[in-house]
Amino acid sequence: MSTARAERLVNLVLALLSTRQYLTADRIRGIVPGYAEAASDEAFSRMFERDKTELRELGIPLEIGRNSAFDAVEGYRIARRDYELGDIELAPDEAAAVGLAVRLWDSPELTGQAHGALVKLRAAGVEVDHTATPAVESRVRTEPAFSPLLAAAQNRQAVRFDYRRSGSAERLTRTVEPWGVVSWRARWYVVGHDRDRRAPRCFRLSRVIGEVRTVGAPGEIQRPENVNLLEFVAGSDRSEPTPVATARLWIADRRAARVRRHARLVGRLTVDGIDGDLAELELYHPESAANWIAGHGPDVLVLEPDVLAKAVHERLHAIAHEEVRAR
Amino acid sequence: MTSATDRMPRLLALVPYLLARPGIRIEDAARDFDVSPKQLRRDLELLWMCGLPGYGPGDLIDLSFEGDTVTVTFDAGMNRPLRLTGGEATALLVALRALAETPGVLDTDAVRRAIAKIESAAGQAQPSGVVVGLGVREGEQTARTRQVVREALHARRALRIRYYTASRDEITERTVDPMRLLIVQAFGYLEAWCRRAEGVRLFRLDRIDDLALLGEPAVPPPEARPTDLSDGVFTARPDQPVAELVLEPDARWVAEYYPCEELGELDDGRLRVRMRYGDESWMIRLVLGLGGEARVEGPAELADAVRRRAADALARAGNLPSILGQ
Repeated sequence: MSTARAERLVNLVLALLSTRQYLTADRIRGIVPGYAEAASDEAFSRMFERDKTELRELGIPLEIGRNSAFDAVEGYRIARRDYELGDIELAPDEAAAVGLAVRLWDSPELTGQAHGALVKLRAAGVEVDHTATPAVESRVRTEPAFSPLLAAAQNRQAVRFDYRRSGSAERLTRTVEPWGVVSWRARWYVVGHDRDRRAPRCFRLSRVIGEVRTVGAPGEIQRPENVNLLEFVAGSDRSEPTPVATARLWIADRRAARVRRHARLVGRLTVDGIDGDLAELELYHPESAANWIAGHGPDVLVLEPDVLAKAVHERLHAIAHEEVRAR
Repeated sequence: MTSATDRMPRLLALVPYLLARPGIRIEDAARDFDVSPKQLRRDLELLWMCGLPGYGPGDLIDLSFEGDTVTVTFDAGMNRPLRLTGGEATALLVALRALAETPGVLDTDAVRRAIAKIESAAGQAQPSGVVVGLGVREGEQTARTRQVVREALHARRALRIRYYTASRDEITERTVDPMRLLIVQAFGYLEAWCRRAEGVRLFRLDRIDDLALLGEPAVPPPEARPTDLSDGVFTARPDQPVAELVLEPDARWVAEYYPCEELGELDDGRLRVRMRYGDESWMIRLVLGLGGEARVEGPAELADAVRRRAADALARAGNLPSILGQ
């Protein structure tokens, strides 16, 4: 932005903030320095339109109205109560939280927005130290689809995007009325009404492919009241899992540290001339246990339960014979 | 933040910022706005030319410079910052909510107080349409580990840890000098100087099986630099071996979880990827655990090793004493 334009815009803001009367475009042209340079009415008009757009993009609320019923044209002013940030004072520990929050995003766009907020908070007198390296660092990862989906949820506008289901290469175009964007365990989801399925659905943002397009006009969709968005993603049961069975394993000596960490040693056994421990292991998710037990190959053998031994056998058999396991 | 588009927000914030801090050094103000002192002086010169209609000496913004400090003597009515835009409020408040839902980063009570105050000051710009749920996967034991790690960081004391290294599938005892606690992709990590490895290492908290606070101080050597996490915690180095895998649909999560180069979609929803690995035994465990849902296309030695391990496991399972019910 040129210095002349920046100066003109600051003067325009000051003039509109200081007036109670609505100022017409003509009046603004007469008093605010910089507009006199406009060579013609048309040039002024273009300049003024661009400046109004700029002010709106900065978030400055322009009021439009007439001072009296006899005024032929509308004028402009800025209501101070709509312009100004409310009073705010932050204690040092609260300011430290703000300092950390602005560093949390990994997306340049959101970092820029958070930084914009920080500039304003500082201008309100809040002291935020940004030189100190915090003892704790945290990062929030976002996906390209985050900003457009959030905007659509806030504008109550439907969206259309290509989506790849888990464990599938198939891309389907989905049309969704987004109710909100949800973060759960460092992953982002959009929850909303799926128009194709005619049911509420949640979609993982990392599986949205390409651009998110809006469908229809803002304000068109209705978000149901009292809907708990987090429950759609996380489920209502958030208690600690309980074991479903106990497995008995043989673990070769000095091997399979991952299994040993969670196992209880209950005896000794030699298999194939290899010494090892007999161990018991609580099973929470038998399918995934079969995966990581198979990962240890001949170092871990399953004695019980039979269903786990079979599951591990199937996995290893598929690899040894280069077949895809039957599902 | 030095591009032209950031200048207007800065110009509108500068006068109230200076009003709140009479006699501030220009250098300090420049640092807060993330610009050079030279740029900040240019901004001040511009503001000095602005003011109220009439634009006489008493109408213009007035600043007094003393040494390398500045004070606003007339603000021309610009005494409060502009309210937050919807985007700014969202970016800041969602980040704060994420902090509040991530145990162990900060005093969550302070975070919630900050959220309430900012929401109240931001007024109508409150964000909606975003819900932030729990940011960390953490069991009870990990929560206890985190408490001890925080204590060590706070007291600047060394730690003795028993740690499970997933890449080599081994448990080791180490003495470490704690540097930071990190939360990355829902997992907590201790970043510390490891005296055993003589380097900076990241220790995932749920893999610390035991730990004890030592009496001696934490003294990371000067060469201990914080880890660059811009690419996440898995750092693939160019000197590492590369595996080429074909993932069946059920194993496609591997490409989402580990840094992989996607080489192309095959028929039936399969995906061909290239993946670097540090330790061959780790890669073998991964592929064995995928149980036929991933095929090693190369290198041939890796494919052979995987097949051999599977065949050995089957043979050994067949030799289990029959009394054990196999």
